[in-house]
Amino acid sequence: MSKHHVTTVINGEPVEYLCEGQQTMLDVLRDELNLTGTKEGCGSGDCGACSIIVNGKLVCSCLMLGVEAEGCTVTSIEGIADGDSLHPVQQKFLEHAALQCGFCTPGFIVAAKALLDENPNPTEEEARYWLAGNLCRCTGYDKIIRAVLDAGAVLRGEAQAAAE
Amino acid sequence: MPRVSYTAPATVDDAVKALAGAAGLAKVLSGGTDLLVQLKSGRTRPDLIVDTKRIPGLIGIREEGDAFVIGAATPGVAICEDKRLQQAYPGILEGVDLIGSMQIQGRCSIAGNLCNASPAADSVPPVIAARATAVIAGPNGKREVPVEKIVVGPGRTSLEKGEFVVEFRIPKPKRHQSGAYLRFIPRTEMDIAVVGCAVDVTLDDNGVCRDARVVLGAVAPTQLIVNEAAQALIGHKLDDETLKRLDTAAQSACKPITDKRGTIEYRIKVAGVLARRAAAIAFERAARA
Repeated sequence: MSKHHVTTVINGEPVEYLCEGQQTMLDVLRDELNLTGTKEGCGSGDCGACSIIVNGKLVCSCLMLGVEAEGCTVTSIEGIADGDSLHPVQQKFLEHAALQCGFCTPGFIVAAKALLDENPNPTEEEARYWLAGNLCRCTGYDKIIRAVLDAGAVLRGEAQAAAE
Repeated sequence: MPRVSYTAPATVDDAVKALAGAAGLAKVLSGGTDLLVQLKSGRTRPDLIVDTKRIPGLIGIREEGDAFVIGAATPGVAICEDKRLQQAYPGILEGVDLIGSMQIQGRCSIAGNLCNASPAADSVPPVIAARATAVIAGPNGKREVPVEKIVVGPGRTSLEKGEFVVEFRIPKPKRHQSGAYLRFIPRTEMDIAVVGCAVDVTLDDNGVCRDARVVLGAVAPTQLIVNEAAQALIGHKLDDETLKRLDTAAQSACKPITDKRGTIEYRIKVAGVLARRAAAIAFERAARA
């Protein structure tokens, strides 16, 4: 079976790869492109650990085929920071200690960035509903929600990240 | 996952040819949020996946005369963000918005939700309540059928080999026509309907119901159009007596199963409650529409 040649933009860089029909976008990111920041949790779209942004929309990379990314713009966790400077969501996750084992964290950060891109000033309820597709079995979610709301305040210029 | 061929045709005709000409099992891919789960679990083992998203019009929303046309593969987020649809079909948007998480919303489509043929599919009751039709392409050309004709049982549709849904056509609401969809789940997000109920009503200037459709989900092998429940509303305002008759009619139509989400008795009871609540919302919206 011949492989498909796919042309995309991933984290701002033009990327071409070959993949088979049944390979998911998650498989492509991790196994073909060595972008292993995106995690596989459930593999069935329930946990959000594999969240990425495709053409501006949040999706589960485990429920998308790699070949479907043809012509698409993709952002994974590796593309969230600006070089060495962390995105406010990442900075606030550290400040609020919004992680324990860290396995869900890339998915939460990508999902939270997608939320704040669309709605820079979410209520707590809006943030909780938006992140309902991301599961964390360690933190109990409260620190995550605080971090996301605080990151929103930074992005709106109402708060600052703590000095590094 | 087992190996599978993939093709993304650029026209409806090429998609039909690929589906009809496939040697083994061919599956239609729109958002993929059900199909990929079934591929991984081995529940379906297609030889070919036909991705419809590259066909012009399969993603998008347009107005055509007296109808809105929604491309079959249009993702949930695009439907929920559309100001015209928010205004015209609040009930449909309530159903679409309940399909999975934000991540699922980024991909899932009404056609996928429909053709996956789950009795609990959240977007299907309100789409039926709004009297939508599906345009189906196949080896014999195109045909247009009411959406309620497509699901024939859990996991089964009336689509023939080589056929797929191209778009949905939904009549624009009349003056004082609106709808609502409610579902019951034991938590607030990310669960499958125990019962779903869509109500669509058209009122006259005095608030008297002149036309109605009541559709239940998750209480029978397919979605149910409950004519007795609609008749309970037609000719009446939303008073206690009317609500009581609606509740009774909705309960009488249910043929549910007992499973981990709810017993037969519980589902029947909840169907009546949701019918009353959805009707109250639909009447209120229709009065303002």
